[in-house]
Formats: sequence, structure tokens, C-alpha cells
Amino acid sequence: MSDDVEIPEVKEVSGTGIPVRGNDIDTDQIIPARFMKVVTFDGLGEFSFFDQRFDDEDNPKDHPMNEDRFQDANVMVVNANFGCGSSREHAPQALMRWGIDAFIGESFAEIFAGNCLALGMPTVTADQETIEDLQDFVDENPDAEIDIDVAAETVTYDGTTVDVTVDEGQRKALVDGIWDTTALMKANQQAISETAEGLPYV
Amino acid sequence: MSEGTLYDKVWDRHKVTTLPNGQDQLFVGLHLIHEVTSPQAFGMLQERDLEVARPDLTLATVDHIVPTADQSRPYSDDAAEEMMSELEQNVRDADIEFLSPETGEQGIVHVIGPEQGLTQPGKTIVCGDSHTSTHGAFGALAFGIGTSQIRDVLATQTIAMEKQKVRKIQVDGELGEGVEAKDIILEIIRRLGTEGGVGYVYEYAGEAIEDLGMEGRMSICNMSIEGGARAGYVNPDETTYEWLKETDYFQEHPEKFEELKPYWESIRSDDDAEYDDVVHIDASELEPVVTWGTTPGQGVGVTQPIPAPEDLPAEKQDTARRAQEHMRVEPGDTMEGYDIDVAFLGSCTNARLPDLRRAAKIVEGRQVPDDVRAFVVPGSQRVQKAAEEEGLKDVFEAAGFDWRNAGCSMCLGMNDDQLEGDEASASSSNRNFVGRQGSKDGRTVLMNPQMVAAAAVTGEVTDVRDLEEVVSV
Repeated sequence: MSDDVEIPEVKEVSGTGIPVRGNDIDTDQIIPARFMKVVTFDGLGEFSFFDQRFDDEDNPKDHPMNEDRFQDANVMVVNANFGCGSSREHAPQALMRWGIDAFIGESFAEIFAGNCLALGMPTVTADQETIEDLQDFVDENPDAEIDIDVAAETVTYDGTTVDVTVDEGQRKALVDGIWDTTALMKANQQAISETAEGLPYV
Repeated sequence: MSEGTLYDKVWDRHKVTTLPNGQDQLFVGLHLIHEVTSPQAFGMLQERDLEVARPDLTLATVDHIVPTADQSRPYSDDAAEEMMSELEQNVRDADIEFLSPETGEQGIVHVIGPEQGLTQPGKTIVCGDSHTSTHGAFGALAFGIGTSQIRDVLATQTIAMEKQKVRKIQVDGELGEGVEAKDIILEIIRRLGTEGGVGYVYEYAGEAIEDLGMEGRMSICNMSIEGGARAGYVNPDETTYEWLKETDYFQEHPEKFEELKPYWESIRSDDDAEYDDVVHIDASELEPVVTWGTTPGQGVGVTQPIPAPEDLPAEKQDTARRAQEHMRVEPGDTMEGYDIDVAFLGSCTNARLPDLRRAAKIVEGRQVPDDVRAFVVPGSQRVQKAAEEEGLKDVFEAAGFDWRNAGCSMCLGMNDDQLEGDEASASSSNRNFVGRQGSKDGRTVLMNPQMVAAAAVTGEVTDVRDLEEVVSV
């Protein structure tokens, strides 16, 4: 049964960063539709940002995900409205399979953030200046450690700690290890039936 | 917080409980599934040894990968065939109704839900597709969800969500000729921004919305997500009820119509409802809107100058510069006269019968130039059949359009219908993202269906109001 699924608590994420700059980066860019003609998420990682990373002849283009120095990064630092557009969970699935564990950005599209939460990946936010400073820092210090404290809503790097925001529901879900909602909801069978019975159309 | 809105009422009626993580658990009245985002969810169910809880409230179709030309099986694209086979297997195993191409009822998931009479006021509707917001046109609360959430819904018929704020968008005044629902929503997104709706559900109200038929309301609600709002809705009214009455479901169950109508009436927003925000738009000031950039928020009236990036808010300047470079447009110019290679009439935004009728009026008696590829992809097999019966297919074909079978097609380029190289398209779809229509150098100009028809026959972005067949909605 679903009760057997182990859901880890995500209180903090530590690692090195990768800056992906630009507002309104949509999920068609993160994973182009032609790579979604698959029935599992396995193997999507290598197609992350494919059209930004490779030209028509599959030669690498200038993109942080192609740079050696960012290959071990697990914290992606992005700008505003990241993940807008299509609801495809293939987008965070691809980035997760590439190696990303958490996002820090100015803002995230809602469906994208919800999809990340369902995978246990935090999407923490901060103002434009804080994000740009962090992107610049990561650019110059690709090996420097970045610590996201989800519970305390802080990010620590280069000896300083800055305040960030974690949506309240997301914070609780991650910190308490209750971000996988299937078992949580299935447990309320009686209440589900009662709600359904109260609806005239069911 | 909002109070007394349709959103509040429908939320409360469907709330099962508040979960330990602070989210509310909502009952789902209708779960629509398709071949792209559901197979992984069925896989997850299997891994956890879980069954589909309510196959009776789940409906499947195939739309994203289905070829629109040759639909004989196996599909020539192996990957598409595999996805189709997987869906067939999953719906068979779970006993879910599947509106496949053989049924004559297949189509884009957001076209068939309403057609079947299953999209109803006061229902919660979810689908693994961001344009699920379309169903809000009927006063349903409809959200796009990700695949892990599809797993949740399959396993429990419920979803975990946080309640959002409600912004009322009051659209007063009358639309001028050639100006459509699509132009209202493009203007809303232009004004409020692509992330202006994050954290909000949009309630569309006012004279201009009430005057629209259901298809126009669907076009507006459809693109709520392009403005960042996960859901958008219109309060149900006589237009809604009359439309529903004609569907097979209520033709077969007229008693259901009478039974449900009081519920539909009861969930309308109260006259004294409280909103978190209210925005006013004057429909009479609008002209046909076309996009000049690579987000749906980068739109402009067809006779208006393309803005200079430095005149836009600071956070939009960089995106605008890159967009103008990609689209090869210059600030100060208008989009009128922008050469196009492809005209695409289709998508869950604008491929319903009235959309095709208005476009056909423009096309009739004209010819698509040799260097333009123009095609019509009806939103569903029903739309296709009805259009063929009333002669629209003949009108389009006589003008040099290709007449195709139903599907998502070039809205997102998951089948053979794609832009090539740096082709430019006039498109009645919803997204002009770089690469969206299948070529990363492709250029998409979004516009209403009459405007697509006008561009198709002139080979360039054209103000449809300059043509005498221009139609008022």
C-alpha cells in the first residue's frame, strides 16, 4: 500500500549553484515538447534546456548547463516567473534528473512550484537584488557552498546569511516530510465519500 | 480574503478537510486525462499498488500527439504510437471511458469536455494540462495540474491545494467589429503581465463578457494561465444554461438539467461578494491585438506601434529586447505588414465552430498565396463534422487551406505539424514561446481567428477591419 512510501523531510538543501538568467523562462524552454514523447520521466535530464544548449547540429552553445564548472551544481538560481506556461511536470523532472535539488528565484509560476513540491524540491524566493547578487556570486564562485535552510527561510553563502521566502504550505510540507500527498489524502476516505455525497452532480 | 464569490462557494462545497501540511483537500468532480501527462502517473500508481478510485469521474482522450493528416494505425511516428498504445492499455485496465478517434467524439481535451456536457457550473475539474482553465467559462473551478497530482487524483479523486485570492476583471463596453474574446484576454495579459495573476484566480465579469457566447468565454478562460492565473471563470447565466441544454448529456437526461440548475444558480458570485482585487477594462477601446514578442503578454493593437524596450517597466526590458531580436521587429513599427509563412487555425483557444465560421467569412472568395502554408485543425471531431456539413471545409479548401483532423497540432508541435527553420506563423493558438511551434527559430504571432484568416490570404499581418467581411462577435 501507499503507506509504505518513505517521504523524506527536506529541511535544508546544500550544494553549489548554477545561475540561469532571464525572466519568463517557460517550460517549453526547460523541456521542448518533442522530448515529451515518452511514457516515463527517465532519461529526460540530458534534454533540459536542450534548444538553449545546442544548435541545429547538436553543437553545444553558450549556456551555464554546458559549462564544466557547473556540472555538479544542485541549486539553480533563476529570475522572475520561472517555469511559466505548460503544466508539464517533465520540466522539474528533467532538471531533477540533471542534478538540481532546489531553486532560488525572484518568483515561480504556480504550477511549476506545485510540481516541484510534489518532488520534494524547494522553490524559495527573494527580491531581484538578492537574486542578482547571488547569481553573480555563483558565476564567480562555482565551487562555493550554498545552504538553503527551508525551515528558517534563509540562504547562506560566502559567510553571509540572507532572508528568503518559502511559501508557508510548501515550508511545512517539506520540513515535516508531508509533501507527497497521495497517502495523506487517501487516509481520509470517509470524509471524501461524505463530500462527494453532498454534491448534487456526483 | 474574498467572500461570497463563485470560487469561495465551489471551494467550500468540495473541501474534504485541511491537510496537516496546511493545504486543503478538494474533491474532484471531473478528471480529464490525455496521452502526454498521464502515463507516468499510471506508472506511479502501479509502483504503489494503488487503483483508480473513480473511473466513473474520469474521461480520457488523445490530442497532443495525434497526427492530423494520416491517422491510420500504427502511427508513422513510433513514439506517438507508443504513447497512444500506453493510453489505450491504461484506460482499458482502469475501466476509464476513452473518446478515441474511432468514436467520432475525440478532440482536444478542453473542447470535448464542454461538448459532452460534462463541463458544468460548480464542478471542480482538473487535467494534466495548463489550459484546463478553459472549463471555467461554465462557472466550473478548473485547474491544470502536474503528473504527481494526476497520481493523487487517480488514487483518491481529490487534490491538495492552497486557496488563492480572487481578482475580478470587469470588462465593460461593447467590442467593435473584428475584435473578439481573444483580444480581450490578450489585452488583459498585456496589461497585468504574464505573472500578474500568480496567486490569483480570475473572475471575468461585465457587459462585454456577458455578451459573449460560450466559445468566446472559453477563449478567455483558456488563456488565464498565460496571465499567471491558474484558473479563471465566468459566472453561469442563461447563455451557459442554454448551451448546456443542447449537449447530449442533458438531452438524454433532461431531468438532470432541472435538478442541477438550482445548484448552478446558488454558486454564482453574490452581488455583494468581496474580491481581493478589481480591475476594469473598457472593451470598446480595444482593437484586434497581435503579439510582437515571445510571451503572450507582449501584445499590441494591430495599428499601434511596437513598444521600445526602454519604455517598458525595468523587469520587462531584457525579455523584450531578446524577443524583438528573435521576432526581427523594430520599436515604433506596427505589426501590420509582417510577412508570414504559415497560418494556423486551431488549438483549444480558438478552434470551435463559431471561430471557424468567422474565419471562413474572411477566407471565402480569396486565395492563400503560393508561399503560405495555411491549415485548419478543428478542435474536435464534432466540430470537424459540423463544419464539413455546413460547407466550411469547402470554403477553406477552395481558398487553398489544408483541412485536417482534430488535435492540438501546431499549437505545440508534438506531431508532424511544425514550423520549419525561421518560418513565421499567424496563429490562433495561445503561446508564442520560442520553439513552441516546433522550430526553435520559428516566429509565432498570436491573434484572433479572423485575423489569422486575413493573414492567410494576404501573406502578412493584416488588420481584418480593412476587409469588408469583418465580423462582429
